[in-house]
Amino acid sequence: MADTRRRTLLLLPTWAVIGVLMLIPVLLMAVYSFLTKEFRGGVEWQFSLAAYDQFFLTRGLFGDEPAAIEWTYINIFWRSIWQAALATLLCLMIGFPTAWFIATRPPSSRAIWLFLITVPYWVNLLIRTVSLKFLIRDNGPLNEFLIALNLIDNPLPLVNTNLAVQLGLFYSYLPFMVLPIYAAVERYDTALSEAAADLYASRWTTLREIILPVVKPGIVAGCILVFVPSLGAFLAPDLLGGAKTFMIGSLIDEQFRGSQGNWPFGAAVSMVLMTLVLIVLMFHARAQGSRR
Amino acid sequence: MKGVRHYPGFMAVTVGCLVVLYAPLIVVMAYSFNGSNSITQWGGFSLHWYTQVFTGPEAPRFGQAARNSLTIAALASTTATLIATAAAIAMVQGAPFRGKGATFALINLPLMVPEIVTAVATLIFFSAIGLTTGYFTILIAHIAFCIPFAYLPIAARLEGIAPSYEAAARDLYATRWQAFRLVLLPLMMPGVAAGWLLAFIISLDDFIITNFVKGAGIETLPTAIFGAVKQGIKPNIMAISTLMLAVSILFVTLAWFINRKGHRTP
Repeated sequence: MADTRRRTLLLLPTWAVIGVLMLIPVLLMAVYSFLTKEFRGGVEWQFSLAAYDQFFLTRGLFGDEPAAIEWTYINIFWRSIWQAALATLLCLMIGFPTAWFIATRPPSSRAIWLFLITVPYWVNLLIRTVSLKFLIRDNGPLNEFLIALNLIDNPLPLVNTNLAVQLGLFYSYLPFMVLPIYAAVERYDTALSEAAADLYASRWTTLREIILPVVKPGIVAGCILVFVPSLGAFLAPDLLGGAKTFMIGSLIDEQFRGSQGNWPFGAAVSMVLMTLVLIVLMFHARAQGSRR
Repeated sequence: MKGVRHYPGFMAVTVGCLVVLYAPLIVVMAYSFNGSNSITQWGGFSLHWYTQVFTGPEAPRFGQAARNSLTIAALASTTATLIATAAAIAMVQGAPFRGKGATFALINLPLMVPEIVTAVATLIFFSAIGLTTGYFTILIAHIAFCIPFAYLPIAARLEGIAPSYEAAARDLYATRWQAFRLVLLPLMMPGVAAGWLLAFIISLDDFIITNFVKGAGIETLPTAIFGAVKQGIKPNIMAISTLMLAVSILFVTLAWFINRKGHRTP
């Protein structure tokens, strides 16, 4: 079986590297979430449900009250889901017309438009986020520009708001929305639109009744590709938001910073986040599977 | 009469979208040439902040960070590309085999797990096996998450190459190795090059995972910039950002042209 041996040799490095550096660490993280925290950071190898208990339950300030649901962390998750959903919606509302416009250009100019949309994505995410903050800060160029035009009297306080975080997420992941929709629109058969027009459907009726259902797989894929990384984003909420926009990424990050950290709790929060993401991906995979 | 594909306003949205995408970058680029010490006032065109980047008091720190970033990106992307090329040949060219789906899922695992979760898991792993965090841990973490980015363009390229090329070479008494080196490899080279470039950029771009596994006393450019930005955006940061921006755009443009060239010759 020379072929089998050749295949094994070719795939061995991939299995080894991703298996050892991704799969085992994720499994180990699951184990760590059930261990006891050590005060200098790190863990003691003793089974404990303390991390999940801290996440879901509260027993009052002194720990002597009956257990009730702890809302602090659930609320952070809820807020993150909400922020990610709004950022996804923003991406969809801008991304769909953009993808449609690009896909209906002549083939020669399509590549240029696509290139223009994707170039910012390859610029360092940190630099993009910092640039956005520089542009929209209170005495930044955007506010100065709007004041100079006499559109506003006082600077718009954009930084540290939910809107700034959503804008940051939009800025981070927009191409993920445009590209799958573009791919779906490119395969769309214009004859469908022509048939609808012959039957006296207006453009917008055609869009709603014909085009959207046909390109839906692309839209769903785009939404997932934006929503999933937005949910665990760290840079946009950390740099553009404030205490009021605290998201999951910052919560996890905090648990691994110095002696204040709590590794099992950080691992537990990561497990909850990963479970959420896997649920979203599984729904998507099942929807795709049932369509085929 | 405009065709049924035309929707009024869609072009305006696209142009507006491009303005939003590029405005922050252009503003930072413009202000990096600002002669004034303040970040709010324009003091005429100057290369002052660029000389600061290379000779100023923070130059050694950022210089070391840049060297770390570039050497890690070069080593990680090269290793990841070699691993991904081998995997792509087995996955695309070989016959279907048991575990193919699982292998494909494994290759894509770094893309599916949220970055911050990967960061946490990797830190826990290094800590559990007692590996001291530093240059080496950053490097091997980067190799792992670069593999899928290198794999995708290589596999896409391979899918477009008919097995008959290699078979023809074998019929003409080329050894397996000769057929690979003289026929298959040149054909798949555009994909390999694009994969390497993407992996390089992804490694250079990474902040979250690096920040978790770097340990004290070592910085890459993103972590050094993040640390500096926490104390406010200074003009030298804008000059550094502009330089990194130029490198990224250069690389993406290269990848784009390689890809286009690849599409023209089968």
